[in-house]
Amino acid sequence: MHIKKYLSIGLSVCSLVTLSACSDNDSSDSVKNVTTPDIMTQSYELTVSNLTSNQPLSPLAISIHGASYSAWSIGEESSLGLEKLAESGDATDFLMEATNSGAYTTAVGAGLIMPGQTETLEVVTSSSEDLKLTLASMPINTNDAFIGTKGLDLAGLSIDDEMTVLLPIYDAGTEANSELSGTIPGPADGGEGYNALRDDVNVVSRHPGVVTNEDGYPDSILDSSHRFDSPTVKLTLKRTQ
Amino acid sequence: MKIYSKLAATTLPLLLASTITSAQTVDVKISNLTQGMFFTPLLISAHDNSQHLFESGTEATAELAAMAEGGDISGLVTATEALGAVNAEDPAGGLLAPSTSTMTNDFDTGSNGLLSITAMLLPTNDAFVGLDSWAIPSEAGTYTIFLNAYDAGTEANDELVNGGGAVGVLGIPANPGANGGENGTGVTTTETNQNVHIHRGNIGDADENGGISDVDSRIHRWLNPVAKVVVTVK
Repeated sequence: MHIKKYLSIGLSVCSLVTLSACSDNDSSDSVKNVTTPDIMTQSYELTVSNLTSNQPLSPLAISIHGASYSAWSIGEESSLGLEKLAESGDATDFLMEATNSGAYTTAVGAGLIMPGQTETLEVVTSSSEDLKLTLASMPINTNDAFIGTKGLDLAGLSIDDEMTVLLPIYDAGTEANSELSGTIPGPADGGEGYNALRDDVNVVSRHPGVVTNEDGYPDSILDSSHRFDSPTVKLTLKRTQ
Repeated sequence: MKIYSKLAATTLPLLLASTITSAQTVDVKISNLTQGMFFTPLLISAHDNSQHLFESGTEATAELAAMAEGGDISGLVTATEALGAVNAEDPAGGLLAPSTSTMTNDFDTGSNGLLSITAMLLPTNDAFVGLDSWAIPSEAGTYTIFLNAYDAGTEANDELVNGGGAVGVLGIPANPGANGGENGTGVTTTETNQNVHIHRGNIGDADENGGISDVDSRIHRWLNPVAKVVVTVK
């Protein structure tokens, strides 16, 4: 366990070092330094900022895919992979579903993104005229919330084009928002992550927010720092190749 | 003088023509994005700039209050049609449940260039989802709009489910999900902002019998936006 923790810290330090090394160079220079660009690939730089007060974000789950894949829809049941992501933060099955649905590429973030922190990562995909981005992550001090964007259209982006979108917060609908001790995997509780029981509305919706023990719900393990509004995350997307 | 009148004669028909070409046929898909709030029968209204279904920062009309407090759109329908509006009433055929959608096809807006939408949120005292005077684009295409929840400002948010849906009667007419509490003491008896404003949200409690509220804080809260509208201009 300790080794694991050290490893993840080591990794994040490495990525920080890499980032600062990169920032020494003009980013366009570093693109020029890349060996002969493969015209069959496209690259995107994703910059994700956690705008919440006290909701660490689970490692980002990212896929680039065509128009046929839809990771979730308001009013429809969560997939098993989305349920696991939204209840435990584990993106493995969620990304497996994307791959099985024909996604061109998938990627996972380096680690938790803490409140106020930003992660930048690059995703390379095979070239297509029909590219869409899906990104999801769990704010881990919740029962089954997730943030994200689904099927964001990349087709209009030329090289060096950039866009910024603010992402809303959804509820997977698979676990009641009891906020009780033992039901929330994040540091606010250290409770259970995924549980196969679906004891909520069983459809995806926008999240109603958390109540907390400082707002008339004494049984909640959450306090006022865990409250959030929508949007929760800023995503800046730049096509680099 | 003669030149003037000739100009007027040629310009006027052009102006009329441009007004007429602003008429559109649209499809309107309305999605309730919330997890636990119902919409009462929706009103979709195409109108001109002489009127509003509602206007934030101003006092609610009696017709708006009837919609926001009791879900009754008949007053708004009569008032708007008297001024030339075209309405699509109750597209969902009753309540629009949480996380569901309703589609209105081939809505002919006539010569009206603005689109407005309202429906009451249940369970609340006088919350409503609203779109005020969105300019219908002349260019064919698909347009997405996100709607917020407003407070009509006409009733104190006591959050007690007692059947009180008539204008001026304190209380929430119904909790369609039957998933709240009862015998609450009431959150408040006053309404500080008596103009139409962004709703502060339900307070609720987790007490099935008693507490301050008959709505459940874990189920009947929301964050904006509460609805997504996709308009397809044909």
